[in-house]
Amino acid sequence: MRHSRLSRTALWLWVAAVLFFLFAPILTIVLFGFDKSNVETWPIQHWTLHWYSVAWNDPQVRSAFALSIKAAVASTSLSILLGSMAAFGVHKARFFGRDSISLLLILPLALPGIITGVALNSAFQWAGITLSVWTIIVGHTTFCIVVIYNNVLARLRRTSSTLLEASADLGASSVQTFRLVTLPTIATALVSGALLAFALSFDEVIVTTFTAGAQNTLPIWIFGAIRLGQQLPEVNVVVTMVVLLMFIPILIAARLTGSDNFAPRVAATRKVTTAP
Amino acid sequence: MANDSAIAIRGVAKSFAGTTVLHDINLEIFDGEFFTMLGPSGSGKTTLLRMVAGFETPDRGTISLHGDDVTQRSAHVRPVNTVFQDYALFPHMDVVTNVEYGLRVAGVKKEDRRRRASEALAMVQLEGFAKRRPAQLSGGQRQRVALARAIVNEPSVLLLDEPLGALDLKLRQEMQTELKVIQRRIGITFLYVTHDQEEAMAMSDRIAIMNAGVIEQVGSPKEIYELPASPFVASFIGTSNVIVRNGRTQSLRPERLRLLLPASSPPEGTITEPATVADVVYLGPVIRVYVRLANGDDLVVVQSNDGLAGPSFSVAAGDAVLVAWRPQDAFDLESELV
Repeated sequence: MRHSRLSRTALWLWVAAVLFFLFAPILTIVLFGFDKSNVETWPIQHWTLHWYSVAWNDPQVRSAFALSIKAAVASTSLSILLGSMAAFGVHKARFFGRDSISLLLILPLALPGIITGVALNSAFQWAGITLSVWTIIVGHTTFCIVVIYNNVLARLRRTSSTLLEASADLGASSVQTFRLVTLPTIATALVSGALLAFALSFDEVIVTTFTAGAQNTLPIWIFGAIRLGQQLPEVNVVVTMVVLLMFIPILIAARLTGSDNFAPRVAATRKVTTAP
Repeated sequence: MANDSAIAIRGVAKSFAGTTVLHDINLEIFDGEFFTMLGPSGSGKTTLLRMVAGFETPDRGTISLHGDDVTQRSAHVRPVNTVFQDYALFPHMDVVTNVEYGLRVAGVKKEDRRRRASEALAMVQLEGFAKRRPAQLSGGQRQRVALARAIVNEPSVLLLDEPLGALDLKLRQEMQTELKVIQRRIGITFLYVTHDQEEAMAMSDRIAIMNAGVIEQVGSPKEIYELPASPFVASFIGTSNVIVRNGRTQSLRPERLRLLLPASSPPEGTITEPATVADVVYLGPVIRVYVRLANGDDLVVVQSNDGLAGPSFSVAAGDAVLVAWRPQDAFDLESELV
């Protein structure tokens, strides 16, 4: 599609406005993390790294961070196992209620977190299970499964079924086919799904609120600290670190899922725009 | 050619969701033969091939390979290899890793399988391509890799499912010759599936013509062309005029017909019918003349542009002509016209 110069400029301005709207608040937080004053006023008068040292040495932040990592790693691992198994099942088998199962698996992601949270909380209470790191992990797994499941299923659907036939035809047993063909084929989908699941778990607040015991995850600590309002500069620092930390897996995930078709798409776009 | 049976298909039938795709198929393919199953799409030829490979199980009947009943054996233990229509190369492996795959899963040592994979790649003229990924190859090159990956295992039978279908005409013709040469060189049985009659004629020792789940005829390319057993075969292979004459359904090849001017005397011993020219198509080496007989039957006559056809070569639409043929070129078709 070709645009006039005016409409192209307008489009760029619009994109810039949207990006500004999305990222200006985050930039503000990053900047105020370097503000010496603990009352946020603009422009910043004195710059400091003091709050970084405060955050680093805060035992509450440290334990919250450790708990978040633990929950994210555990729920991601559990989701890889369950999500990919579900994807294989739904992809390969033809059984009654297959589509319903597919829908039920995706539902937790669409469901408001508060409903998942309340439901899990009541279920744990009813079953007499004490809220702990394990209940957080179960809570996070409910929505992390979806990401893995969707990613793996999409990849399986895009993979030609004759690859598996070719492998069997060449004498490979089903175990060999899984190890040498299926697993490498879904590997990038699995890794990108896992990174997204990790990111989802790491910054989750609502479900965690209802499934956490006495301990705080990092987002819960941030939430509490903002409400108390005593440690705002420290919160800014922690948020900055979380943003940086989350940016990496999401970037890698985007690269991995896009790696198959991103390059040709770029080439195609370039061809169109350079056409006279 | 040895007359040992390589593939024996006995009484095989198959239906999918209530639709019968194969009716009671019986077929014997000999060792070292280049055998082609030719038919339109939906004729059941690919299903039959997939049964020999082990991807489908027949509802009834048996399939034997060199006298061994393999009907219930799964694909990975059958001594056959397949060249797939879409090549089915593993996208995450380079060319040589693809080719050595069968040897690798069979537990052949690395040096051994590398050497044999290189030999197979040399046979398909892809020596320099070992480290490329399938995505970096052209369609023709992928096709060769798929072939090398199959023959490196020295299967007793090689199955080819429309392997040239995705290639352009020139490449397809080159590959036809090459496949034939490779088959002669390694001497294994090729079971080839195609809907392209020219391809089948060019390569095969024998052809089975399939239609709607049955085998209409099995024979050499010459037998099938010159003695079609049914109206379907006559019309599917080449073009054929099917006429009803004296109550008999007969087939006449367009190139066996001769056009004469009405005044001229026909050659000794030929049958003639008066006709009117409906249309003339000039194709270079030949001209194709559409004529209508007095009884309303339409015929196609192909005249060679060899300079010997005489004045009949310059007929035009509306001209009255005589169509002549030798009685032995009109052969009766076994069954009624479908």
